[in-house]
Amino acid sequence: MNVLSSNPAARAAVRQGVSVSVATGLYGISFGALSVAAGVGLGPTMALSLLMFSGGSQFALVGVIGAAGTPVAAVATAALLGLRNTLYGAVVSPLLQVRGWRRLAAAHLTIDESTAVAVAQPGPAASRIGFWVTGIGVFVLWNAFVLLGALAGDALGDPRAWGLDAAAAAAFLALVWPRLAPRSAQLVAGLAVVATTALIPFVPPGIPVLAAAAVAVVVGLVTPTAPGTVVEPEKESVP
Amino acid sequence: MTTTALWATVLVASLACYALKLGGHLIPRTWLASERVSRATTLVTVALLVSLVVVQGFADGSALTVDARVPALVVAALALALRAPFILVVVLAAATAAGLRALGWG
Repeated sequence: MNVLSSNPAARAAVRQGVSVSVATGLYGISFGALSVAAGVGLGPTMALSLLMFSGGSQFALVGVIGAAGTPVAAVATAALLGLRNTLYGAVVSPLLQVRGWRRLAAAHLTIDESTAVAVAQPGPAASRIGFWVTGIGVFVLWNAFVLLGALAGDALGDPRAWGLDAAAAAAFLALVWPRLAPRSAQLVAGLAVVATTALIPFVPPGIPVLAAAAVAVVVGLVTPTAPGTVVEPEKESVP
Repeated sequence: MTTTALWATVLVASLACYALKLGGHLIPRTWLASERVSRATTLVTVALLVSLVVVQGFADGSALTVDARVPALVVAALALALRAPFILVVVLAAATAAGLRALGWG
C-alpha cells in the first residue's frame, strides 16, 4: 500500500475509516452488555457480532429476544433491517471490482459505515481504501468491544443503571438523523412513530418495526416523484 | 427461548443477513435503476431506525412508558442538532439516563 504515503485522498480515506471504526467499535460495548442482559449468552452474542456483523440487525434481534418475541419475529426483524445492506452492496460493488473470496469478504464487510466512507471519497481508488479500512477496522474493533461489553456486562450488573438502554435509543437516533432531510423521509418518520406507538401495546415485539417498514414500502412505491427531486409527498398516496 | 432455539435464531438470522449483503454485490447494476426500488429501500431504512428509536426509547415490554430514556433522547437530539459526533451523542444519552436513575428517577 505504498499509495498511502503519496496520495492525500488515500490518506484522508484512511483517517476517516479509522475514526469511524473507533467510534463504531466503542459502541460495541453497549451491544455486548445489552445482549447478555437480554438473556443472549456470551457464545451467541459473539456469534452474532462475528457472523451477522450488522449493528442495527444485531440490536433488533437481541431486542426481540429480550422482549420474549418469537424466533420468527427475531429473524424477520433482523433480516428486514439488513435489507439496506443489499442496496449498499449494489452501490459499492462497482467501486470495489473484486471477485472470488474477496467479493465474499467485501459482502460481509458491507455495512452502514464502510459504505458511507466509501461513497464519500473523491475517486474509486480512495473509495476502495476507505471501504476496506473502515470495514476491517469496524469488524476488528466492534467484535473486540462486544466481547469486552459482554464480559464486563456481568460485572456491571443492570445496564439500565449505566444508561445503556438510552444509549441504544440515541444511537438509532444518530443513525437516522442525517437521513431525515428529505420531506419524504420526514413523512415516513412521522408515520413510523405513529404506527410503532399505536402497535406496541397490542402486537408481539418486533411487529411494530415491521409495520413501520411496510408503511415505508407503500409510501416509496406509490409516491411518483423521483428521489432528490421531491418537493412535497402526495398526501393522497398515504393510507 | 431454549438454548437450541436461541442458537438456531442467531445462525439463521446471520445467514439471512449475509445472504442479503451478498445479494447486493451480485445484483446487476441495471436492476436498481428503478427509482421506486431505490426510494423504497431508502425510506424503509428511515422507518426501521425511527421505529427502533420509539421501541428502544419508550417501550417496556408491551407498555409505553416515559422514564429516564426520554430526557436522554432529548439530550441526544440537542447534541445531534449541534453536530456532535456519533460517540458523544451516545455517551451523553447514557450519562443522562444513568444520572437521572442515580438520582432515583426513571
